[in-house]
Formats: sequence, structure tokens, C-alpha cells
Amino acid sequence: MKHLVTLALALTVTASAAPVTLTYWQYDYASKVSTMNDLIKQFEAQNPDIKIKQETFPYDAYNQKVASSVPAGQGPDVVNLFYGWLPQYVDSGYLQPLPAKDFPTAAIERDFVPMIKTSKIGGKYYALPTSVRTLAVFYNKDLFKASGVLTPPRTWEEFIAASQKIVKGAPPRFTQLGFGIQPDGQDYHMLREVLVRQYGGSPYSADGKQVTYDSAAGLKAMTFYTELYTKYKLGTPNFFPGNNSYRDAFIAGKVGMIIDGSFAVATIQKGAKFNWGVLNLPTFSGSSVRSNFGSYWVNGITKNAKGDKLDAAVKFLKFLTSADTQRTWLKNVGEIPAGKKLSSDATLRRDPVYGPFVAALPFAHSTLFVDEAGQRKAWVDAINSVILQGATPASALKRAAADEQKLLNEYYK
Amino acid sequence: MSTTSKARPPGGAIRRQQTRTAYLFLAVPLLFFLIVRFLPTLMALRMSLFDWNILKDTQPFVGLENYTRLAQDERFLTALKNTAVYTLIGVPVQIALGLAVAVMLSRVTALRGLYRALYFAPYVTPIVAAAWVWQWLFSPQFGPVNTFLTWLHLPAQGFLTSPSQALGTTAALVVWQNLGFQIVLFLAGLAAIPRTYFEAAEIDGATGAQAFRRITLPLLNPTIVFSVVTGTIAYLQLFTQVVNLNFTDQGGPLSSTTTVALYIYQLAFGRFQMGYASAVTVMLFAIILLITVIQLKFLTRRYDA
Repeated sequence: MKHLVTLALALTVTASAAPVTLTYWQYDYASKVSTMNDLIKQFEAQNPDIKIKQETFPYDAYNQKVASSVPAGQGPDVVNLFYGWLPQYVDSGYLQPLPAKDFPTAAIERDFVPMIKTSKIGGKYYALPTSVRTLAVFYNKDLFKASGVLTPPRTWEEFIAASQKIVKGAPPRFTQLGFGIQPDGQDYHMLREVLVRQYGGSPYSADGKQVTYDSAAGLKAMTFYTELYTKYKLGTPNFFPGNNSYRDAFIAGKVGMIIDGSFAVATIQKGAKFNWGVLNLPTFSGSSVRSNFGSYWVNGITKNAKGDKLDAAVKFLKFLTSADTQRTWLKNVGEIPAGKKLSSDATLRRDPVYGPFVAALPFAHSTLFVDEAGQRKAWVDAINSVILQGATPASALKRAAADEQKLLNEYYK
Repeated sequence: MSTTSKARPPGGAIRRQQTRTAYLFLAVPLLFFLIVRFLPTLMALRMSLFDWNILKDTQPFVGLENYTRLAQDERFLTALKNTAVYTLIGVPVQIALGLAVAVMLSRVTALRGLYRALYFAPYVTPIVAAAWVWQWLFSPQFGPVNTFLTWLHLPAQGFLTSPSQALGTTAALVVWQNLGFQIVLFLAGLAAIPRTYFEAAEIDGATGAQAFRRITLPLLNPTIVFSVVTGTIAYLQLFTQVVNLNFTDQGGPLSSTTTVALYIYQLAFGRFQMGYASAVTVMLFAIILLITVIQLKFLTRRYDA
């Protein structure tokens, strides 16, 4: 008996001395995975009692993989998620709120860029990002020069004028595009969060439960965007075959301008064999209203992390959202820091590539998705009904609003 | 009565043992089938009665609500209509083309193997790769098909990017891929028809067309029934081609190429509504079962040789 007690005691002692192992999940993207491996090494050196195991899955299957681990009570302790999935994951009780003593709300809102407020659900923060992304215009300097466009556009009017000089061909056969129009790329975000706001509207009610873009501003925005195709014939969707049509076509040097996120920087840097630059999203002439669409991936702690694991997860999350990690992330992955202080850093703001993305942070809005796939389909179908079927922008907008409101109602019922 | 026992052959015990062994061996695949095929089907049936969202803690029982919702679901009805159109285009075209090519192939002797291999190649090509090549072939801007049309002074077409042409183009891809298999089936069917029938018909003065209609077609009936039934089921479950032909707007543009199987996938794995997706699955199952039973009943004919 005595022996048994000693043995049990010995076991407890070893158990508490043994390192806590956390599982971390993110999707498989080469530069993110290798950067994370380096960061984990660094973190483990600082915290010898914690071991981190990174597991990655292909992007296409990632959300499914995370979701199917929920009912089984398996999967990661710390997980990387698209912010747009948060409402569903919080709803399921899969994520636990960040402990308020370690992550006080006031400090979060003081330190991070404003758009991260979309991760506050029911007054609590459930996850935090390392980096964020905004939209800007990528432009092909060589095509601009060859087409006689001397100054890069600052207003939408100049944007159209420049595109018209660059575009070659006419629907349905283009050989070169002025603007790589692609509703199911980043364009529908731009239409919803940028154009609607620049026309003085707002896409959703403050609580996110009501669609409010079915308005005069919304109609102007939908009309403006679809006219880039119907009236000005600047380009056509799916110009190149494949998944990333507009971006691939831009990299091939066949497109004057595309609207894309900062996450595309690395891909374009690697692929483009010509001089290119990045511009702020245009404004309307005579108006100074700027807006942008911001999105980000967050790290959250799942309900699997309890006790020692929870403490370790908190430490790891603090590390992942620290200024040092944000700096490493910018350098190795190319995504812009989520911290207010770093992203207002003067050298970063002056950077010719990152500058426009960083400059957009103060006025970047992110949409609170309750059903990302469904909400996206509502917009893409509405835009397509105008440019492919000749529907009026007004009817398209009504349709998108009705479709999307239905999804919001289903979630908030 | 007593004669039966007397009539039993001396090897009765052995035969009984063989029967037992046969049952035993049959039981293994049966068990596999029950667990891997039937059990999930029954579970889907049960799940369809719940508001089963894998992202929710509780899965409330809703009875037939998922099914009543189906009747008003525009996207489901579109998917159902599209699936029917795919089947109605795909099955007849693929059988007619398959039969025509098989009849011609059965007549050539030179380069026969090469021809067969060429026709069969698309069937063994990975669907995803084929879909990507197809996307390029029919690209409105750069596709060779449109280049060809402009040579003929015909207007370039939108094909996969046009809501009115995308379904037809997708169906063409599926037909092209299945054709090789179809041809092999018919070649086997044709080879099984005894030459003597054709010789007899020739002596009686029958034309080629008459022989085809009176001999070839009737005797190919089992092959045709098999093709119609399996082809219909395959088209009703169409998924991979549709997904890969328009990866960022799957089933698009404007839901014009979406199918019931794709809709099930989107509901279940894109939006996590397992209960509702199961209801759609059960509907699809019922439709396939019904159509198959009808086809088997009306198509199968017996001919006295």
C-alpha cells in the first residue's frame, strides 16, 4: 500500500513536471507554416514547460475539418480561423471567450486596429489576429506607360478613364483588360463595404442584424460597379480560366488594374515580370469619403483547453498577438500587423507596396458574416444577374438584400 | 415423401456443408454492405428529421419540417431541374454516340486497338484535370473553340461563363468522358450477338438498316438497359465536373449548372446544415430509386432467340 502511494505520488509529480502539449491548427500555406514553425521554436525556448504541435490542412478542406472535430470534442487547443466564421463557431460553444484578466477588452480596443471589433460577440472577445488585410489597387506600370496613362488614378473617374485607355477588345472577346473585373474575387467586398459607404450609405445596421444596402446609396453603388462592365466595358469576369482568374491575368501582364487584398502581395511579387505598383482605393471626385474592406484570420482558444492547457494556451495566444510576432509575420508572410502602434509606424506607411494597405486601416470595415458562403452567393448572383442577364441594378440589389436578410434572420432567430 | 430422402444424392452432407460455407462467405460482404452502405443511409434518414447543425450544441427534432422547407427552396428546385436536364441530355446522347461509334469500331480491323484506346482515354483521365482543360478549351477569350468559331465568322460564345450555355457545355464534358466506357460496353454487347443471325438475315435479303433494327438493337437490349440505368444514376449524382468547372462560383454562373448532389455538399460541408442536407439526400435517393424501378420495368424485354 505504502509503495502504491509513493508510486502514485511519484506519478503525480512527474505528470505536473511534464510539459503541457498544445495542438495548433492552421491551413496549409507554405510561408505561414514555416513562419509558425520558427515562432513555435522561439516560444518553446521561452516556455520550456510548453510544447506546441502544429497541424495543417489544405485550405479547401480547412473549415470542414475544424467543424467536424467539434462534435467529436477533438482537434486543436488553439485554432486559426477566418474572422467571418466566428459567429458560427462561438454559437457552437467551440471557442471559449478570452479570459478577461489576461485580455482586457479596453486594452484590446486600445492596441488593435478598429476592424477587429467584429470578433467581439455578445460583448466578449473570442479571438485575436496577428495580422490583418485590406484592399488596394494593384496596377501594371508598364501597361500604363504603353497606353499613355501618365498619372495613376486617384478618383473613380480617373480609374475609369485610365482603364478605358488600356482595355483592348470588346465583349465577349477581350485581349487586354483595363480593370480585372471579378465579382466573386474581392470585388463584391469592395462594392458592399467601399462603394456603398462612399455613396453615403451603410451596408448593415449597427448590430449587423439588418441589411440596409437596399437604399439609394446601395443602388448607386450597384449601378456604378456593374456599369464598369455594361457601360464602360473595362473588362470581363473569368478573363483567364482557373481559380484566381483576375490575379493570374494581372500577373500575366494582361490587365491594367485589379482590386485585391494585401494577402496577394507575395503571389504578385513572385509572379509578375513587369513594373507594378499599389494604389489606394479611389474616391469619388469632389468627395473625401474613404472606406475599405478589412478582413483577418484570428487565433482562438477552443473548449478543449482546460486547466494547465488553458494557461498555456493563454500564454501562446499572447505570444502570437505580440508586437514581435506581428513584425516577424509581416517580414516572412507579408500580412500587415494588427496592432495599432505597428501599423501606424512611419516607415511602414511610406512603404510603396504596403503603404496603401496600411493607410486604409483606420477606415476599414469588416462584415460580420453569419453564413459566409451563403452571403457571398447572394452578392455574386445579384451582380451576375446584371452583367450576364441584363437585370436592372435595382432588382439585383433587392434580390441580394432579400437573400441575405433571410440568412441573417435564420441566424438571429 | 420417403422417396425424396432416398433420391438425395450420396454427396448430400458435402453439399450442405458447401451451402453453409457459401452463406458464410456471402455474409462477410453482406455485413460490410450493411455497415458501410445501409447504416449510413438509415442514419441520414434519421438525421433528416432533426435541425442537425454540426456547429450547434443541440440538435432539435423537427419532424418533417426539413421536407416541407424543400418545397419552397428555390435553390433546391433549380438544382432538381438542372439535374433532370443533365440526365435528359446526357443519357440519350451518350448512348446514341456510344452505339454509333461501337458499331463502326466493330467493323474496322486495322488500328482497332489504337482507336479503342483513344476513345477510352478520357474515361480514365482524372475528372479534375479534364475539367480544367475543358475550362481553357471553352474560354471566351483564349479558348481554341471560340478561335475556331471566329474563323468560321461565327460570333464568339460565352460557354461556361454564360448562364444559358454553361449547363450544355458541362453536359458535353460528361458525355465526352463517359463515351469510352459506353463504347466498351456496346462492343462487348455486339460481340455477344452470334454472326449466324446476320448471315441468315442477309440470305433472306434484309438490308443493313433492317438487320440493325431487327437483330442488333433487340439483342443489345440488356446492354442498353444497363447503360440507361447506370447512366441515369450517374447523371443524377453529377458533382465533380460541376464543382471543378467553376471553382470560385460552384454551380454557377447564377446557379445555372448546380446539381442536387452539389447542393447537398454545399449545405452539409459549406454551411453545416446536416439535417437539411440529409433531407435533400433522402429525396435524391427516393427519386433515383423510383426512376430505376420504372426503367427496369419498362425497358427490360425478353426476346426469344
